[in-house]
Amino acid sequence: MTIVRDRVATTLHALPGKRRINPILVVVVAGAIIVALTYTLPAFRTYQLATVGAYFCVTAGLTVLTGLNGQLSLGHGALMATGAYTLALWQNKFNMLIPGVIVAILVTTAVGAIIGLAAARLRGPYLAGLTLAVAVVVPSISSTFDGTFNSDQGLPVALNPPPESILVEQWQAWVCWIAALVTVLALAYLTRGRFGRDMRAVRDDETAAKLAGISVARTQVLAFVVSAACAGLGGALFAVLSQSVSPGAFPLTLSLFLLMAIVIGGLGRLVGALIGALLLVALPAIAQEIGQSAGSQRLEGNLALTFFGVVLVVVMIAAPGGLTSIRLRRTKTTRTRNELKQKGR
Amino acid sequence: MKRTASVLAVVLLAAGCSNGTSNSGGSSGNTPGVTDTEIVVGTHMPLTGPAAAGYSKIAPATKAYFDYVNANGGVNGRKITYKIMDDGYNPANTQTVVRQLVLQDKVFAILNGLGTPTHTGVLDFLKTNRVPDLFVASGSRSWNQPEKYPDTFGFNPDYTVEGKILASYVKQEHAGKKVCFLGQDDDFGRDSLAGIENILGPVTAKQSYVTSNPNVGPQMGALKAAGCQVVMLATVPGFTALSIGTAAKIGFKPAFVVSNVGSDPTTLAKSLGPAAPLLEGVVAANYLPLANDTANPWIQLYTKVNTQYNNNAELDNNVVYGMSVGYLFVQALQAAGKDLTRDKIIQAVEKGGFTGPGLVPVRFSDKDHSGYAGEQLTTIKGGQAAYFGTPFTTDDGDGAVTASTAAPAVPPANGIPAS
Amino acid sequence: MDRFLFLTFDGLSRGAVYAAFALALVLIWRAARIVNFAQGAMAVATVYAGYSVTNATGSYWLGFVVAIVGGLVLGAAVERVVMRFVDHSSPLNGVVVALGLVLIIQGVLGMIYGNEFLPAPTAFSRDAFEVGGVALLSRYDIFVFASVGAVVVLLTLLFTRTPTGLRMRAAAFAPDVSRLLGVPVGGMLTLGWALAAAVGSLAGLLVIPTELGLHPTAMDVVFISAFTAAVLGGLDSPIGAVIGGLVVGLLLSYVSGYLGATVAPMAVLILLVVVLLGRPDGLFTRARTKARAA
Repeated sequence: MTIVRDRVATTLHALPGKRRINPILVVVVAGAIIVALTYTLPAFRTYQLATVGAYFCVTAGLTVLTGLNGQLSLGHGALMATGAYTLALWQNKFNMLIPGVIVAILVTTAVGAIIGLAAARLRGPYLAGLTLAVAVVVPSISSTFDGTFNSDQGLPVALNPPPESILVEQWQAWVCWIAALVTVLALAYLTRGRFGRDMRAVRDDETAAKLAGISVARTQVLAFVVSAACAGLGGALFAVLSQSVSPGAFPLTLSLFLLMAIVIGGLGRLVGALIGALLLVALPAIAQEIGQSAGSQRLEGNLALTFFGVVLVVVMIAAPGGLTSIRLRRTKTTRTRNELKQKGR
Repeated sequence: MKRTASVLAVVLLAAGCSNGTSNSGGSSGNTPGVTDTEIVVGTHMPLTGPAAAGYSKIAPATKAYFDYVNANGGVNGRKITYKIMDDGYNPANTQTVVRQLVLQDKVFAILNGLGTPTHTGVLDFLKTNRVPDLFVASGSRSWNQPEKYPDTFGFNPDYTVEGKILASYVKQEHAGKKVCFLGQDDDFGRDSLAGIENILGPVTAKQSYVTSNPNVGPQMGALKAAGCQVVMLATVPGFTALSIGTAAKIGFKPAFVVSNVGSDPTTLAKSLGPAAPLLEGVVAANYLPLANDTANPWIQLYTKVNTQYNNNAELDNNVVYGMSVGYLFVQALQAAGKDLTRDKIIQAVEKGGFTGPGLVPVRFSDKDHSGYAGEQLTTIKGGQAAYFGTPFTTDDGDGAVTASTAAPAVPPANGIPAS
Repeated sequence: MDRFLFLTFDGLSRGAVYAAFALALVLIWRAARIVNFAQGAMAVATVYAGYSVTNATGSYWLGFVVAIVGGLVLGAAVERVVMRFVDHSSPLNGVVVALGLVLIIQGVLGMIYGNEFLPAPTAFSRDAFEVGGVALLSRYDIFVFASVGAVVVLLTLLFTRTPTGLRMRAAAFAPDVSRLLGVPVGGMLTLGWALAAAVGSLAGLLVIPTELGLHPTAMDVVFISAFTAAVLGGLDSPIGAVIGGLVVGLLLSYVSGYLGATVAPMAVLILLVVVLLGRPDGLFTRARTKARAA
């Protein structure tokens, strides 16, 4: 068992430990691959590629929050909705995409700060329950204020068409991936620096972190704010992709899928967030193909649902180390102490 | 790192492995979805979810009619393939499945996509890709904007027209009573209310519901508290049943007047279960032959098709609706001619002049993209709907509600429109 | 006034269901220090099983019994097959596994029964008795009150008057000592899960016929309300859960009735936030049993 834990402990910290590869280099190579793909893939695949980019923004932010800081959020679907609706309202009024995306990020950041302030005071199942309620309740706000948000029907998103020479899907993929790569670069640098150290220290042992002069609450709120900003960006990108927003696009299952995405790829790792984002797009599509070839309507959506569920359960049970370094309560297990020792801190 | 890379590779491969067939050739040049032997069309429907009750039977019925036509040689030698995608009445899913139909499956047209909130979201996408968007299964006025959406056409009488016709009946039969309204919280409800208030003036009380919240107790309670004597419903079938059932539960017994799209008695009786007798006397409207009218030649045709190609599904008004859509689409294909292109089918539909199962004419022209022009009232007796009075037509403005004089058409002997 | 009375009775009837469901959450929390986020999905699964039996036999009561027994079996199975193997050193693990179970159960139910809303059978008429022209209670509401009341009484008797109940409490509060004293701690845990799931099934059986019908996600919103009720009462207190359930039911009914149905979910969220931030240990928890970090 110790061996497993040791390995997990190292992989969890693979991100900051990966000093030999410069993140800028990774991003440039990734950018080149994306551009190449947008010229070779057929239109629908390019659209899916763009969707992966949008998901990647969200999963990258969430894996930092949950993996590095140890806070579980089931409410990131609702934060995405915040970003998406902000962009929609902005676009329908001003139709300027780049300022709109920035406003969407700012608004979501503000909302994230509020939830983060509450979250910093809550532990374990209480935090999970609160964010779960946020995920279920926030979409219903669209029908409470149906004058602004137009209820279940949602809002269209005004967008200027891209230049004639570029396919819509190509343009979408570029927009999404520029945003995703910038996000990842920012997160990579952020988590390598002092802030990343603080987050891990708080996750591993709040008391020790306090003794070392780290403000626990401040670090937790900040982590929530950063990941909320990423979710807001991702939400805004989804609004751009579908040219419309509606509450049905942000159901509870979306928040659960996001959690699955970061768990399966290894919590706290940006590469894991990428794998998760890919699976979020690929698996439902594959499940649908299987469903169609089996001629069963019932299989289509449900196959992906079941698979995601099995992944969550199996990963959590078979690789219990995956989440053990995350603590949501002020507990001090011998294990974390051992881990700290092994890491020579 | 190596393992990560191989996982990525597998996922990429999996995502890329089913790219489908690309460009389709054929006599119609490079029209997507059309070859010498096949026409591929797609639709989005709620096969699951809160609006699936009843509506899930529409697309299979349309498909059954196409299968019947295909078995009799198809249209100009082409067989029609109908791809049915489930969107669960969730606008976000509609976005995805319609993109898949257009970009991946390369359909020739989207036919009869169902739902006001769902289909509204894909209008711009379909316009950008210049995909014919024919006979939308909803009565929103949005489909009738030839300047803004030149390729989109409705099918149902629009909800404002329907609201005016239903309200005229209420004005006459329930004069001086308190009339209230419960509608879906989107263009469906709003358009319907606009038509009702055009005739009756402001209603005593109005309430709305969203399909994502299956509890109409508070709304019915508020209507009861307002002393409503007539309640007009702009609801999908599941919520019609829920509203009538909930009203009974709180001892509230107004006269119900229901929009066509939420009024199929077979569907409602199934949802209400043992409470089905509550449906007696419910007034609604329709514009197609009623499924229980076995003497009607259209129903005889549909029954035959239903038995042969639709697994003998229970013949209700949804099946009649679906087959009527199929009939109209085949008419449009015939009119567009042998050298089928997207432009030609739009021109053919705009030329109009289709006669079919409807009690009132379809209005298609280059200025008007709305569907059927009016409706006739129905009432439920002994669990069966029956027409009464005459068909009415009107417009969605301030025009009068007038009796329609169009004589019903008779189906061709082989059940397939002549070219 | 009529309306107020009606909303009160309607709220109490709904609140009774939340109370039962919150009670199920509290049972597992007391036994295992886990909030069972899969409670709603498990309850729906058993109601589906009951539905199948009712459809096949035509007997509501046979389906009812099957659903309750199904709850016992499913609860025990989830504990034995899944939860037992979860590393509980971090409370997050249990939550994530439970959420995985939610996805699995909803997916499998969708594959078997489809995602349509199926009409859920009831044994009693939901037509209200009118008292002086005011529709107050239906036979169904009385059935709801009676069954929830019976559950509360039976559970109280079990925990206070029977040796098994005593062992369950001992196993939950001091597992190591209990093991030394010969209490089968694992068995008690399984029993706790089984009982909780059965109570959850009862809540599902009671609430689903009052909504649009049987659907894999039918209990999602109910879960949020019940979770709020359980937190309101303090996760450790069965009495608190019952009172919390009634309070949440009443609040929802008044808010929907007077402010509009769409405001109701937000009212739950606001109540939850206020309770969590103001008194995270709930209103009915005595100081010494406060939820302590494990």
